[in-house]
Amino acid sequence: MTIPREHYRQAVFPTPFHTRTAAANTLNVWHRWRDYTVADAYFDVSLEYTALRNACTVFDLSPMTKHLITGPDALAFMNRLVTRDVAKLKPGRVGYTVWCDDAGQVVDDGTIFHLRDGVYRLCSQERQLDWLHASALGFDVAIQEETHDVAALALQGPTSCAVLKRLGLAGIETLTPFGIRSFAFEGGELTVSRTGFTGDLGYELWIDPELGIALWDRLFDVGAPVGIKPMGTHALEMSRIEAGFIQAGVDFLPADRAVRAGRTRSPFELDLAWLVDFGKPHFTGRRALLAEQARGSRHRLVRLDVEGNKPAKDAYLYDRRRRNVGVVTSAMWSPAAKANIALASVEMPHGAPGGELWAEIYYQKELKWSRFMARCTVVEGPFYSPARRRATPAADF
Amino acid sequence: MTEGADRIVIVGGGHNGLVCAAYLARAGRKVLVLEAADQVGGAAVTREFAPGFRVSSVAHLLHALDPRIERELRLAQHGLAYARRELLTVALGESAPLVLDGANVLAGDVSSADRAGLVDYVRRQRRFAALLAKQHGFGAGFSVLRLFGRSAKNRNTESPLPWLARFALDVRLLGRADMRELLRVGTMNLYDLLEDRFDSAQLKGALALDGVLGARLGPRSGQTFFTSLQRAGARGLPRGGMGAVTGALAVAARAAGAEIRVASPVASFMLDGERVTGVVLQSGEQIAAATVVSNVDPQTTFLGLLGARHLDAEFARRVAHIRSTGCAAKLHLALSGPPDFRGVPAELLGERLVIAPDLGYIEAAFNPAKYREYSSQPVLEITVPSMHDPGLAPPGQHVLSAIVQYAPRDLAVGWAAGRAPFLEATLGVLARHAPALRSQIVAAELLTPLDIENDYRIHGGHWHHGELALDQYMMLRPVPGAAYYRAPVPGLYLCGAGSHPGGGVIGAAGRNAARVVLARSRA
Repeated sequence: MTIPREHYRQAVFPTPFHTRTAAANTLNVWHRWRDYTVADAYFDVSLEYTALRNACTVFDLSPMTKHLITGPDALAFMNRLVTRDVAKLKPGRVGYTVWCDDAGQVVDDGTIFHLRDGVYRLCSQERQLDWLHASALGFDVAIQEETHDVAALALQGPTSCAVLKRLGLAGIETLTPFGIRSFAFEGGELTVSRTGFTGDLGYELWIDPELGIALWDRLFDVGAPVGIKPMGTHALEMSRIEAGFIQAGVDFLPADRAVRAGRTRSPFELDLAWLVDFGKPHFTGRRALLAEQARGSRHRLVRLDVEGNKPAKDAYLYDRRRRNVGVVTSAMWSPAAKANIALASVEMPHGAPGGELWAEIYYQKELKWSRFMARCTVVEGPFYSPARRRATPAADF
Repeated sequence: MTEGADRIVIVGGGHNGLVCAAYLARAGRKVLVLEAADQVGGAAVTREFAPGFRVSSVAHLLHALDPRIERELRLAQHGLAYARRELLTVALGESAPLVLDGANVLAGDVSSADRAGLVDYVRRQRRFAALLAKQHGFGAGFSVLRLFGRSAKNRNTESPLPWLARFALDVRLLGRADMRELLRVGTMNLYDLLEDRFDSAQLKGALALDGVLGARLGPRSGQTFFTSLQRAGARGLPRGGMGAVTGALAVAARAAGAEIRVASPVASFMLDGERVTGVVLQSGEQIAAATVVSNVDPQTTFLGLLGARHLDAEFARRVAHIRSTGCAAKLHLALSGPPDFRGVPAELLGERLVIAPDLGYIEAAFNPAKYREYSSQPVLEITVPSMHDPGLAPPGQHVLSAIVQYAPRDLAVGWAAGRAPFLEATLGVLARHAPALRSQIVAAELLTPLDIENDYRIHGGHWHHGELALDQYMMLRPVPGAAYYRAPVPGLYLCGAGSHPGGGVIGAAGRNAARVVLARSRA
């Protein structure tokens, strides 16, 4: 299915799953995600979240920006674009990455799918076509925006593998994290990657939009006995914070959108140093990042365990001397971690692991506002990372 | 020490490359200049275009050569002589020609008000041009007191602030009236300015030509007053053509110890990781170097020889977007006798003749260029150098050299189809002022910007390696990130017209680059 690109006639479209998501959306709450309407929630955010962590959920991922990159220079182009070494990403594998501007500031993060030898799909949070074309100067590559041409569902949670087995995807349990495998489906091809934004065992399913409805129906048919539920964006947001994943526009400002100096962040400042490979050929931002490495970063992304149970949403952070040293970018009470968690950006040298900060939390009870200075401890690693996330073969649960 | 560890390779033996080579060699560096063509000189060469007829091939007048270079490199001793130091301007028109000697009208139907106005206009223009010439050293070490070549102390080399501060001070020191005038007209278009000041259409046309020559601009385009300042100096004719300038520079460079290899086109740079470590010739020969200095235009240097993949994406995009579409063609005619321009006495034939009869004519000539078409009524700057320099042509015969505008490099119909009709249009305009000229033509050569791009290896065929405009000037030339003669890639420097202060056979870019290289890589 090709959606007409006559954007002046219609700016926002239903996703390929809309007839099913609309029917399931008993709350009838929607929002716009790029060119599409998607569900905030279907029946109850807490229950959707609970289904994710205890059974499995289906999330309509179709609006995710997708690009297909092909051509003789596809690898060289990808390697010049992103900070990690794409040459190490074998066909059939997925890699999380960021890409930077010349100043070494993060433009966006996303995932690279090495679909076949020399054929890459780049999924990103923001639209990147302009940036990709600008970066293509001097490379023999073809870049195709395929957001509209690929329908996608995220099937996540402990029983997700069981659902796919019931769907008849033989051997799916042997797919390792960040692996890609394709299966025949209703006369077409269903591509499954063991990836997700929830920090749990889970898969993302990529398919021709024409086959989308059939996939949705089959999933819910075979998944019913293992508790499959649709999940909206609100529950996804909870799970990604628990997983410690950052989000463009929330935890960092895409560099090409920043107007003011100092508002952007480098990979080092987003705790993503592990994604920066200085040993590979030149990439955009390399010299700036080398300089930053030598000079030291200005900011640091930290994960906080916040005292109490009041979410520290948008809270200012203070040091011991009550000097403002940062701000919380994402926060929630985590049911899975049984902790009050937050992602925050702080000025160096604050926020060293194990260090202490203070969050200024405002909260309201029956229209009465109160203020609370909550002690925060800087913790390392994700707040929630169950062993099943990585276990191969994946269990049925 | 590995081979090449102390060698500086200069890619391109144009005037800036040779200037750079001479200064580096004088400072004791081991310098190798690699020129692609069979002779040095780049776009400042004297070439035989028809048997027995020689002409300055692209640049044909010398009006801005940095006097420090002439002095410091002792170019006179190395063979640079002038056939004429300063040419008059003879503006051809339907009526009697207008003859200008700088600020003075020697002949022509010009009112006394215009004559007085011209004196004032030229006085200011020269003051402002001198102000710009003071910025020629921009970015090459602010401490100018140090002796050249030894510990040239480059405080704030990579900050424009001291320069801008001095520039601001210089502007203030112009005095209240001239400062105000500079601020008023500095970015103005010549059309409005000249309309405001003069009555004589012929005079306005002649003055406007200086603002648009070599540029993709018409008199109504912004900044044309600024561009006219680049041509405010005296226009000289070197004896033996422009090749005499680069010839003397080559002698000076060799005398200082530089090695020059011609017919050695460079195919690419060698890299070790991020660092440029030498060059690869088209022949496949590899030449290692501690430092590579490129006299080639920035777009060819970065996107061709180095390759965009070794650069950051935004930088590469900026380089690709340098405005460098050449719009000026060059006409060479071998003539059986002296041309006879109507109303021009024989003794003025050797002066600078211009066909730009009025502002509207020039603007109308420019209009098609916007749509990638050539002018059917082009504007011309003509010299007949053999009048002063008989050695350029067989006895009794002459060569005519003309810059012809507008001829956009990216001609919509392509130059294979456009060449003949554009040549015909040009000869038609010439014939209107010199009716017998066609019958005198022994041979004709038209260099379109595409030819200049191919034959002289200049991206876009733009003489200045990119428009000389305020948005491509000082720390913005060629682009932010490559100003100060230094590429963002270690080991690579720029010394060509694409860098400040630009083209026009000034040589300052080569001199500045040498200073920066010396300061950054002590032997």
